[in-house]
Amino acid sequence: MHDFETRPCIGVDFLGTDFFQYAISGLTIGAIYAMVAIGYNAIYSVTEIINFAQGEFVMLGGLFAVFFAGTLRLPLYAAFLCAVVLTGCIGLAMDRLIIERARDTSVLSLIIITLALSIILKGGAMLWWGKDPYSLPPFSAGGPIRIAGAVIQPQALWIIGICALIIVGLTLFFRKSIYGQAMLACANNAGAARLAGIPVGHMVLLSFILSALIGAAAGVIITPVSMMEYDRGALLGLKGFGAAALGGLGQFFGALVAGVILGLAESFCAGYLSSGYKDAVALVVLLLALFLKPEGLFGSGEAARLKKY
Amino acid sequence: MIMAASQSNGPILRLECLEKRFGGVAALQGIDYEVPGGVIQGVIGPNGAGKTTLFNCISGMIEPSKGRISFEGYRIEGLAPHKIARFGVSRTFQHVALFKKMTVLENVMLGRHPRTRRGFLAAGFRLPGMRAEEEHIRKKAFEYLDFVRLAHLAGLDAGTLPLGKQKMLEIARALATEPRLILLDEPAGGLNMRETEELGDLIQEIKKLCVTVLLVEHDMNLIMDISDRILVLDFGKVLASGTPAEIKENSAVVEAYLGMESGGILM
Amino acid sequence: MGKKNWLILLGTAVFICSFPMLVMKIKAVSHYVDVMVFAGIFTLVCIGLSLLMGYAGQISLAQAAFFGIGAYTSGILTTKFGIDPWIAMPAGMILCGLVAWMIGVPALRLRGHYLAMATLGFGVIVNIVLAEEVNWTGGPSGMADIPTLRIAGYKITSEIAWYYLVWGIVFCALIFCLHMLHSRVGRALRAIHEEEKAAECMGVPTSRYKVRVFMLGAMLAAIAGSLYAHYVTCINPSSFSLMWSIRFMLMAMVGGMHSLWGALVGAVLMTFVGNEWLGMFAEFEILVYGSILLVVALFLPGGIVSLASMIARRRQKRASALEDAGP
Repeated sequence: MHDFETRPCIGVDFLGTDFFQYAISGLTIGAIYAMVAIGYNAIYSVTEIINFAQGEFVMLGGLFAVFFAGTLRLPLYAAFLCAVVLTGCIGLAMDRLIIERARDTSVLSLIIITLALSIILKGGAMLWWGKDPYSLPPFSAGGPIRIAGAVIQPQALWIIGICALIIVGLTLFFRKSIYGQAMLACANNAGAARLAGIPVGHMVLLSFILSALIGAAAGVIITPVSMMEYDRGALLGLKGFGAAALGGLGQFFGALVAGVILGLAESFCAGYLSSGYKDAVALVVLLLALFLKPEGLFGSGEAARLKKY
Repeated sequence: MIMAASQSNGPILRLECLEKRFGGVAALQGIDYEVPGGVIQGVIGPNGAGKTTLFNCISGMIEPSKGRISFEGYRIEGLAPHKIARFGVSRTFQHVALFKKMTVLENVMLGRHPRTRRGFLAAGFRLPGMRAEEEHIRKKAFEYLDFVRLAHLAGLDAGTLPLGKQKMLEIARALATEPRLILLDEPAGGLNMRETEELGDLIQEIKKLCVTVLLVEHDMNLIMDISDRILVLDFGKVLASGTPAEIKENSAVVEAYLGMESGGILM
Repeated sequence: MGKKNWLILLGTAVFICSFPMLVMKIKAVSHYVDVMVFAGIFTLVCIGLSLLMGYAGQISLAQAAFFGIGAYTSGILTTKFGIDPWIAMPAGMILCGLVAWMIGVPALRLRGHYLAMATLGFGVIVNIVLAEEVNWTGGPSGMADIPTLRIAGYKITSEIAWYYLVWGIVFCALIFCLHMLHSRVGRALRAIHEEEKAAECMGVPTSRYKVRVFMLGAMLAAIAGSLYAHYVTCINPSSFSLMWSIRFMLMAMVGGMHSLWGALVGAVLMTFVGNEWLGMFAEFEILVYGSILLVVALFLPGGIVSLASMIARRRQKRASALEDAGP
């Protein structure tokens, strides 16, 4: 007979293999939220615009990859690249055609404009792909891996790995590349950056493209795990914003930490409490973050409050 | 037009160790000053000296990083602007912040807001007392318009007025809140000589109403003419303070300020 | 209330009163009465939104959630507890007012996009709760058999009776809001809209007023929700989704967010567009809505009502120019 651990009264194997299982899936989805959050931060830090269409970038990345891999039968890595690039082009078009025209309007108008863009992208996706969910084959073949009694899909490792790669890439970009540093300068003080000769308009465009690329990458890597459909963008975007707000708008490291926290919270809630309410977890965290600490875990109170006026 | 008399005998405004930093920049560094009630207090200094920051701290638009602001003995630093207005501090703005799509009269009527009460429900249901209050607001507003001699333009949209009259309107609006301290932020900016003279007369009239005036200005003639006391700021610190005569003689002031002042002639 | 507004109110009232009589005669459009009942209900939702956007400069994406809370409160209280519908309705109103206060106080101290995101998140949470709590709400399939309203013992069942009831309530709401806008509070709201910092320095408690406007909008949406529940008698969570919040915002924007009449115009127009003229293009609905929203936001942010006042002003200018030209 085995020695069982004493179970707490909720009758759940609290620190057993379930915990590890939920932790891994939480980390996986947390990586996605972190990537979406970074997309928000990229645009927000340069322009102070919240791009309500961020979630649609994720959705488009996944569905474009399905198109390239499924319909055009390209190899997966090519489909990945094409999908990401194509979504990047959409981000470019969004900035050049619409946002540029509207940058001097009120905060209210900008919110409505990005909201309208998100609806247009969703509507377009529905027309092209219909309402069905689509899937991609996992990046590497082979069955689930067993570690410490938990079952891990190899795709989960791909997700965490690619996310880490992107984080490293971005960090290098902002520290070493002249474009990255120019973007940071705009984020800090657009007026001064302009005087220093930095083309702020180009930096805004770059931020939109970057944000679209990252979002699309997130969409491609999550599709093999949880499929992708035309209306997934809204919820993903909202949860990603929750991570961005929790971490502090504009704080890249904060986005990463907050994304992981959110993913873990959601996973544990789904596992231990109720799977029906799991979507609500991230949203409740979003509301709590906005109300209790609007500057986020890593943001500065001054910035959030100064902007009050 | 009776203004409420000042409550205390001490200084109407006291600044203690007032500091304000924006990131690495110190806009105000340790200001200690007292303004007695009933005077016209001029505030001068080169651009960037911290005058606007000072006004923004007093009126509540910014929270100081350190230090205390006391109005009639009550601590007001960090309070919301509308509460400070209710206490009796009002202001005008360097770039006229009128409600341009509202009429001249409505702008001044808005100034009565902190002294009136009827809220959402009373307004929506047209409860008794609403009409009487509205009439009272309107009557009072006309008094203030008379004071600045704009009553004949009451029905015009505020945005259609020429700059000189807009500045007067802004002062009328600020006076309508029945302040005991009024902050005037470069009221003479953009005015010609005649208008500036009229402004000077108006400010003297305000002083007669027992309202203390804090006046930031670049027009040296105006400031030296009407101020009872002058505070000189430079780099966020108090450079000098005293009567206009004393300030004119002060070599530090002359050195720091005179060279940069354009259009002002010290006599 | 200004003379202009009284005239518009009177004109609109006359039109609304006579509309059924004009339309019932023609078979092809006799169902327009039913469409107008919905248009009236949606107008109630949009009035609050218009005030919030036009005067507080903020967006709420939770109007559908408040609409839903009002509907489900009425539904639950009347079907599960047998409470009189006319008591359940204010209960829903008070609940929504409370919730709006709890969300608004923290969110309205911050910048524009905070409330937008907070209401977005709140709206989705409400939708999830409505779908999950099967015991209370009937889950995704919703609840049915909601009793219709009674006045003085008479059941209100015919479309025409509902039409006059709903539009009667709409006019009461419009009169309340018009009175409010032409008062000290209304002046303060207009001041907040134009120069918020100056308004605050003149003693206007801007955050508090923004919260009150948000609460007003939520309570009106609750009333609309109750009416909706009793009219259609069966409700399910899909009528209170994010897409509906966006639809309401579209109505307010198209009509004109700086004007109460804009809420009315937008709600009526978009209800007809959605019900009648988009019927066969259902797949395009989302795309069309998004495009209209984009075009309006970019080129006509003041909506249809601003177009009307632009034309009126141009005519005035031309008239005074002719006068100045003189003999």
